[in-house]
Amino acid sequence: MNRFWKEFAKGIIISNPLFILALGFCPALAVSTSVDNAIGMSVGVLFVLLGSNLIVSAIRKAVPNIVRIPVFIVIIATFVTVVNLIFHAYVPALYESLGIYLPLIVVNCIILGRAEAFASKNPVTSSIADALGVSIGFFLALFIISFLRESLGTGSLSVFGVELFTLPVLGEHPMTIFILPPGAFLVMALLLALFRRIGVMKSE
Amino acid sequence: MSELISIFLSMAIINNFILAKFLGLCPFFGVSKKLGNAVSMGFAVTLVMLIASIATWFINNYILIPFGVEYMNIIMYILVIASLVQMIELFIKRTNLTLYNALGIYLPLITTNCAVLGITLINAKESYSLLESVVASLGGGIGFLFVLVIMSGIRERLEIADTPRAMRGLPVAMLVGMLLGLTFYGFGGMI
Repeated sequence: MNRFWKEFAKGIIISNPLFILALGFCPALAVSTSVDNAIGMSVGVLFVLLGSNLIVSAIRKAVPNIVRIPVFIVIIATFVTVVNLIFHAYVPALYESLGIYLPLIVVNCIILGRAEAFASKNPVTSSIADALGVSIGFFLALFIISFLRESLGTGSLSVFGVELFTLPVLGEHPMTIFILPPGAFLVMALLLALFRRIGVMKSE
Repeated sequence: MSELISIFLSMAIINNFILAKFLGLCPFFGVSKKLGNAVSMGFAVTLVMLIASIATWFINNYILIPFGVEYMNIIMYILVIASLVQMIELFIKRTNLTLYNALGIYLPLITTNCAVLGITLINAKESYSLLESVVASLGGGIGFLFVLVIMSGIRERLEIADTPRAMRGLPVAMLVGMLLGLTFYGFGGMI
């Protein structure tokens, strides 16, 4: 059980997929325009990562080394198809706003990276812990980015139709650049620099 | 004709793959330090995007749609792209060794490049005709090449610039991405 928590905790902060390992930028920058999208994307990634880590780790001894990457990709693509169909059926609005970025989870480096670096070498329970930890780390990072972008770019924040707050001046004159593509680069650059600064201060 | 030109310009400049759609960010941040590498990578991606668009158009219109199994498109496309990349690699190795050495490790990496899967999904979503798919993939690829080349020039200057320690490397490259993105956003009025 101790090992389970260790693997779980590792993905959240120490090796956070976005801020520390710098993996999977494409979907993170593209869908972080609103908190709703960030939550939807994280749920998609959680499901796919959990499924692929589980299966990859369960069949790790049966797969010949030479064909492992194609096998992993097919497993991942299967789970992505399932997520797509579920989102299309139950949350059509979210499915529309995530657009092509939901199917693009297939080529997200985080998922193939975890399958290759972790699940193909470790037993099922630690692989599940790893998938949960990394997904939560991904969600936290995506939440921070989208929180900043939505509140600065639209002046208010609402989560699934519930209005949480409206900022005083920005409510009337939002800084639209933050929800445009360049804003994603700006927020990400500053957050990365901030996390590096914290890392440097800690090690000194 | 004007329809095709507007697809091309929209894919290449206004909705640039890297700066507006965030597809193919890894090569943008990773390999774009030398001009030669950036050009090779850009051409390799354009080539694979073009061939993948044509191949997936035929698969989409003659297999997936007639049999009513469009929901299988993600699995189908990723397998097609992976095998295409392998075939192109073998073909170039046999016919043109200089080109093979120039493209080097970039070819196999393209399989997991979001830009290639992205263009096939966009073609399917917009239900483009064969000609429109070709123009869209060319536009996307050339836009990608264009931004990689610009970035490689800027990266060379950044190497010698005095940036704060925490901003070195990736963060400052992202800031450059933001400035480039703003510039390209201004082209939005073209169409």
